[in-house]
Amino acid sequence: MLVPWRGGWNPRSKSPGQALEEERHVRANDRDYNERFSYADNRIKTAKYNVFTFLPINLFEQFQRFANAYFLVLLILQLIPEISSLSWFTTIVPLVLVLAITAVKDFYRTLSVSSLCCLQADLLLLSSSEPYGLCYIETAELDGETNLKVRQALTVTSDLGDDVAKLADFSGEVICEPPNNKLDKFTGTLCWKDNKYSLDNEKMLLRGCVLRNTEWCFGLVIFAGTSLQFSSMKYDEIFLVFFQIFGFLICMGIILAIGNTIWEQKVGSDFWEYLQWKELTINAVFSGFLTFWSYIIILNTVVPISLYVSVEVLRLGHSYFINWDRRMYYSRKDTPAEARTTTLNEELGQVEFIFSDKTGTLTQNIMVFNKCSINGKTYGTLEHFLLYIHTDKWKTPCVDFSFNPLMDRKFRFHDSSLVEAIKLEEPLVQEFFRLLALCHTIMPEERNEGELVYQAQSPDEGALVTAARNFGFVFRSRTPETITLYEMGQAVTYQLLAILDFNNVRKRMSVIVRNPKGQLKLYSKGADTILFDRLDPSNEELMFTTSEHLNEFAGEGLRTLALAYKDLDEDVFDEWMKKLLFASTALDNREEKLGALYEEIEQRMLLLGATAIEDKLQEGVPETIACLTLANIKIWVLTGDKLETAMNIGYSCNMTAKEKIMGPSKDKFSSGLDMEKTELYSSDSVFEETIIAEYALIINGHSLVKSSILVDVACLCKTVICCRVTPLQKALVVELIKRHKRAVTLAIGDGANDVSMIKTAHIGVGISGQEGMQAVLASDYSFAQFRYLQRLLLVHGRWSYHRMCNFLCYFFYKNFAFTLVHFWYGFLCGFSAQTVYDQWFITLFNIVYTSLPVLAMGLFDQVSLQYSLRFPNLYRPGQLNQLFNKRKFFTCTLQGVCTSFILFFIPYGAFMTAVRDDGAHISDQQAFAVTIATSLVIVVSVQIGLDTNYWTAVNHFFIWGSLAVYFAILFAMHSDGIFTIFPNQFPFIGKNINGYIGSL
Amino acid sequence: MGKKQAGTGPLSRRPDNSAFKQQRLPAWSPSLTPQTVLPTFYILSLVCLLLGIWLLITVEYTYELKVDYTDAGTCEQCFNLRKHAIDSSTPCKCTVSFHVPKTFPRVSFQHDVVRLSARCLPQGDVFFYYGLRNFHQNLRRYMDSRDDAQMVGRKNNLKAPSSYCAPFDYDANGKPIAPCGAVANSMFNDSLTVMYNPTDGSKIQVPLYRKGIAWYTDKNVKFRNPPTNNTFSLQQAFEGTTRPLYWQRPVYELDDIDSNNNGFINDDLIVWMREAAFPNFKKLYGVLNRAQGPFTEGLPAGNYTLSINYNFPVEPFRGRKELVISMVTWFGGQNYFLPIAYLVTSGLILVTAVVLTTVFVKVGKKGKNMEE
Repeated sequence: MLVPWRGGWNPRSKSPGQALEEERHVRANDRDYNERFSYADNRIKTAKYNVFTFLPINLFEQFQRFANAYFLVLLILQLIPEISSLSWFTTIVPLVLVLAITAVKDFYRTLSVSSLCCLQADLLLLSSSEPYGLCYIETAELDGETNLKVRQALTVTSDLGDDVAKLADFSGEVICEPPNNKLDKFTGTLCWKDNKYSLDNEKMLLRGCVLRNTEWCFGLVIFAGTSLQFSSMKYDEIFLVFFQIFGFLICMGIILAIGNTIWEQKVGSDFWEYLQWKELTINAVFSGFLTFWSYIIILNTVVPISLYVSVEVLRLGHSYFINWDRRMYYSRKDTPAEARTTTLNEELGQVEFIFSDKTGTLTQNIMVFNKCSINGKTYGTLEHFLLYIHTDKWKTPCVDFSFNPLMDRKFRFHDSSLVEAIKLEEPLVQEFFRLLALCHTIMPEERNEGELVYQAQSPDEGALVTAARNFGFVFRSRTPETITLYEMGQAVTYQLLAILDFNNVRKRMSVIVRNPKGQLKLYSKGADTILFDRLDPSNEELMFTTSEHLNEFAGEGLRTLALAYKDLDEDVFDEWMKKLLFASTALDNREEKLGALYEEIEQRMLLLGATAIEDKLQEGVPETIACLTLANIKIWVLTGDKLETAMNIGYSCNMTAKEKIMGPSKDKFSSGLDMEKTELYSSDSVFEETIIAEYALIINGHSLVKSSILVDVACLCKTVICCRVTPLQKALVVELIKRHKRAVTLAIGDGANDVSMIKTAHIGVGISGQEGMQAVLASDYSFAQFRYLQRLLLVHGRWSYHRMCNFLCYFFYKNFAFTLVHFWYGFLCGFSAQTVYDQWFITLFNIVYTSLPVLAMGLFDQVSLQYSLRFPNLYRPGQLNQLFNKRKFFTCTLQGVCTSFILFFIPYGAFMTAVRDDGAHISDQQAFAVTIATSLVIVVSVQIGLDTNYWTAVNHFFIWGSLAVYFAILFAMHSDGIFTIFPNQFPFIGKNINGYIGSL
Repeated sequence: MGKKQAGTGPLSRRPDNSAFKQQRLPAWSPSLTPQTVLPTFYILSLVCLLLGIWLLITVEYTYELKVDYTDAGTCEQCFNLRKHAIDSSTPCKCTVSFHVPKTFPRVSFQHDVVRLSARCLPQGDVFFYYGLRNFHQNLRRYMDSRDDAQMVGRKNNLKAPSSYCAPFDYDANGKPIAPCGAVANSMFNDSLTVMYNPTDGSKIQVPLYRKGIAWYTDKNVKFRNPPTNNTFSLQQAFEGTTRPLYWQRPVYELDDIDSNNNGFINDDLIVWMREAAFPNFKKLYGVLNRAQGPFTEGLPAGNYTLSINYNFPVEPFRGRKELVISMVTWFGGQNYFLPIAYLVTSGLILVTAVVLTTVFVKVGKKGKNMEE
């Protein structure tokens, strides 16, 4: 399923027939040795075909598809003379057409080769361009975390450097675990020169990682192979219908075969004198068996090949309409909407659940330093947060930063009192910005003097450091041991002694620096809840004021961080440093030991204040969400952010009613964890908002376990926000809903961490126009702005759904009306599989006479555009699948069956005794066939006329044109007008209108 | 899928603003309102009613007579003789007498309406058909068992019949059969003669046109003889082929009166080769020649004798044979089905219309949400 499989990447290697691989041996530069194990290799074929193999391979692959194979079998059946009831061309003409179209499509796809963006195999890091064999990687594709991670090679191997000759001589042998799906653990040993070195995850570069800040590295490939697709179960609704019809077909075949067996025994045996196929007819059962296949051939037109072609064409057309839509084109980034798959358009009209990423999807991922609280005093505009979003205007004038030559011109701040404070050199304010300038992992780039660009892993950090920069604490450069700031124009260099990393558990980050005066300082920033627990008791009062401010900020939808510092004693630090060095070389449990050490020193800190960063919403997000909610679509926000931020976004997006949620949430979140835990689930933390009028459920990532209760509770709520979810959990949530609700799900996201979710949901939407392309590449649809989702679903989705449903209904109606005439005729022709129509009519009916009008309807039909947007409720029928479900399918096939019945038996009654006005009998097969065929073409044309709501010129042209072509071909084939067209078409049309109006 | 345009510039990828691409094509959206649907229903009902009545009157005017001669009269012995299709060598003749109650096609007009509609009818033509019951000319393999290429007189196909004709393609000696196939082999080969017995005791043979009974295209396009000329007779053209198994005479001697009616273009053969769609069917045998005698006005009422050269066996498949005498209107023979179908349809539409009107009056006017 969704779990990225490390190593072999191919679950088949663990198939039961094969002995399990218990450990893996890889010897460097020894191909012969390695090949003994037949591990998967990582040869990448950029193209599946070449010019010569294209045709056979493509054909082979196409015939592996069920439908195509089915038609091939039909074709083969037709070549057996005893069975063949139709000429071979009736099947081969459409089949060749389908194969050709698909082949052209595949060929076109072959030409576009995907680019390689990341590591293609799991490597053991040997050496790199950085000192000590360090190597920086980003693992966003694997776990969605965008911060840099460090990997370090073994010292023995890092000495190899980039000396190719030495590397080529490297002959270490790695013995390690077989491929598995654990991303964070690896155990193995490297044997080289009679020494053994233990290997762990810190020395591995996993497939999918992206190298950052590292020029090169050498590695030993441990696991390679073809990648396991994040296979999504995107099924084809039409396929299910296909199977039903297939069953129906077999039933009819069996009925007719039994009929034939009986007829052969009772009647047919008397007929031997005239037929003399004794070798077959002597055995009535065998004759029945042959008849079965003959009827399968004749009746297969209930699911004609042209259906597949037509559906493909329709879907392609609908996709193009999406691509062409100007209202989903984002001019600022020159990004039109793009339908990347064609098969899901109609499901866009049935979406019930939307799973949305937050960052970059609902928000612009532009962080703006908006407010801060320093030593119990808030700075920043006090205007209501929501006001900014809607008006995008600031009431107060911007602060003038001209005193600072290194400022970032794009930065805006709206409270000049903070600048005053800086200018007055208030020590705590200075300390506050110093902390912001020191405590981070940003890499600066100074292209020209004074033109600083920050390479930030997270935009939050960027915003904070930029703020510090503008307030006169400019982070200028960094070496592994030092950080240089320009404090109010003065260059100050700090010695960087230790970086206490950020991670998801610690939720904080600290640096220990020695300032030029020789003082040791620890600066820490992190989540308020975490930091507040580690403050000096003397800080309590400040903590309460700050915490009030923090709640205020959070209530306005801002992202908050608390800042604290600590002065360190020389002795304490020295001792701690020793322990740190020791722990960092530990072979096992290194992570935990380090964590404990960090914990030890990050105690009794002094609170400085808090920052509030605004996460700017994208345009029109609240309106879109409101509209989609009206359309009864449930919107779930899945975010990696912390609870408070997630809730804030809930408020600002109109997802949760502000007044209602604010009150209880405050109390609950401080104490709610334990209470709710015991109340609802015994093991996991669940936060639940129960407000009488509206429910909003906010869940922690950990509680997203396959619990169906969760689904029930969540579905009662109007809004669900899942916070602190990892990319895999995002996919799990989607999977959960897919499994329990059988509803169409849509996932929308922009980043690599949304890929799994996008691939799991029925429909994946990627926000394009951003830097990363992974989400777009994994998605089915992409556009630049979240608000286009409204148009995609309510207009394109609804239309596609209506069109496809009308198309299918009509198509099945038409083909049942067309085909079942043979069934009725079976009762009169001794079940001998004699066709009613002549063969050319059968061949042309679906591809010439009736295909274009229904295609035109499927492409151009519209259900009122204004109503679609004004009354989102109209989306409901799609969600309930009211337009094409089993009942509807049954109705239209029944209509088709009735039509065929009338079409057959009225001419039958009329022809029983009919003669032409010159006396010649016309109860012959040909005249009968032509009459029925003509009636049929007229009746289905009238029906399509009634089904079409929106008559464009194209519809007129196709409908009238098809009729004209039919009569032209008819008269061409029967040049003298061998019959007078009976006026008996009129009753059928009348009856049809009956049936149609009746079914309204 | 994306349409990449070649141009550059800030808005180079902007979709065209054409009505087609933006789905704004001008269109006519008919909406079915009660005001349009209900009148349509009533009008349709009326049209069907009128058509039905008109057809019914027309059908009332026509009539037909069937004489089943399978084992009637003296034909019983022939019937028994022909138990098997293969026993066709011994000739067998029999007669059946029947009575025509009304003159074909004269009827007394009782109503002005009938007279009015009868005025535009062709007068006096009387058609003679042979009818077969329970004979499945519509079996798939029977229908396929013919060679149209041979029938258009292609020389190659004449000597090498299509494999579809098997096992009627070559005889036991390996000679190709012309015409090949099961259809031709089973051709109806009774000859019928109708004698009029007026009350004065005389016997007058009813004169029949036996030619011109096939469809024009069949006679002139679909069926052609192999090329002949003054020195190369039809018999020579067919040399090297043999007659079908059940036939008494070869294809070039089918008509012993008119030599131009021989070979593949023989009218009876053509009529037979036009396979019937249903197991009960009739095929045209001849048209009354009204040139002289008592037949100028049609077929007079009275007693008739039908004499038959009884060749065609029907006993094996429990079939029946009959002579059908019919007159024809503009609309075909006697056929009550169609007018009744129209009347029933008319009734159904009317009922639906009334129901819909009731619903409309009771519900529709109040509820404004009929669009749903």
